[in-house]
Amino acid sequence: MTSSLTTAQGGVRLKTLNVSVVTPDGPVLDGTYEMVSCRAEGGELGILPGHIPLVAPLTISAVRLKSENNTEYVAVNGGFVEVRPDQVTILAQSAEKPSDIDVDRAQQAKERAEQRLNSKREDDVDFKRAQIALQRAINRIDIANHQ
Amino acid sequence: MASLRDIKNRINSTSSTKKITSAMEMVSASKMNKAEQNARSFVPYMEKIQEVVASIAAGNVDVDHPMLQSRPIKKTGYVVITSDRGLAGPYNSNVLRNLYQTVQQRHRSKDEYVVIPLGKVGTDFCKRMELPIAKSIVGLDDQPEFAEIKEITSYAVNLFEDEEVDELYLHYNHYVSAITQEVTETKLLPLTNINEEGKQLSTYEYEPDQEAILNTILPQYAESLIYGALLDGKASEHASRMTAMRSATDNAEELIDELTLSYNRARQAAITQEITEIVSGASALE
Repeated sequence: MTSSLTTAQGGVRLKTLNVSVVTPDGPVLDGTYEMVSCRAEGGELGILPGHIPLVAPLTISAVRLKSENNTEYVAVNGGFVEVRPDQVTILAQSAEKPSDIDVDRAQQAKERAEQRLNSKREDDVDFKRAQIALQRAINRIDIANHQ
Repeated sequence: MASLRDIKNRINSTSSTKKITSAMEMVSASKMNKAEQNARSFVPYMEKIQEVVASIAAGNVDVDHPMLQSRPIKKTGYVVITSDRGLAGPYNSNVLRNLYQTVQQRHRSKDEYVVIPLGKVGTDFCKRMELPIAKSIVGLDDQPEFAEIKEITSYAVNLFEDEEVDELYLHYNHYVSAITQEVTETKLLPLTNINEEGKQLSTYEYEPDQEAILNTILPQYAESLIYGALLDGKASEHASRMTAMRSATDNAEELIDELTLSYNRARQAAITQEITEIVSGASALE
């Protein structure tokens, strides 16, 4: 499959990428897109078809999947992205499509995390945990609002 | 000989027990199907993460991460997967017996190991046998989600990272089929046997570098191994309970057959006796 992209065969270029988002609770999304952008720990990554094989850890953020005339969003909570020329796999401990996000629950989680941040000191383990929880909640709410 | 009414009562109570056990069998059967499905939907995640970890480990000889290295063993951790409820046949006793024998064989004192039981039965067992418990979790869902056990998996992995324990084992019932489950012990950490399969591995670029990737992936990998074992264990639990309930139903049926036979015999005897009495009464009048 990958051989079709080498320039040796007349510069054939793939136009699309197969993208799958997989979590321990099963696959979240499987589809074909033209471009994937995500935020890795080292910075923003844009992946087009024919990318060299790459592995990068992701932050708690939105993954944007662009096809011809629309963009889809997926909320990922960490994990990492594995890239091959024609295939992008995102492995995360949890990931949701906007339609699957429970906004009320995220809102509650956000409030809980904020409360905890106000009551704990900075060097506390719970403080760190609350920070992450807050990030996750904000990320979910943002993505749900994109729809 | 038991009276007619006694036998009747026993038949009634046995058949209501049978109703319950056969209902439980059906419930377990449907739970088992779901658990099997969950275990299946976990497979793609596991395969992928294994592939990436293996290719990193294979691509570089000098990978240096504490989770990949064996160190002298001072203390061992055991993660044991049991159920919360009983009536699951030999499910819990098998895995707990296996654990108990293992720790008796391997360790001389209680300072040398620590147990992390999942499920109420395992926790109670450890308390009763006075095994050292590091942390336990009870009340897991029949269809556990990853988020539910995240706490205990990261706890177990952290124990290893902080050098509290120097190796980590996993004891659980492996689901072979609906009628066979196998008690399995696997070594979770350090990760030494990642690259067994010898598949064609791809080489990757790493962003930002290998060490950062390993730092994210390896804990995630170890945690997902525990989750995978839990899903496997849940499928086994339901299968084991289903089998136990089926044999209970069969036994109840057998008992009812036997009781019905002796009920009929007693009834026949009573009728015969009555006739004899009437006939002998009549002949006395003649």
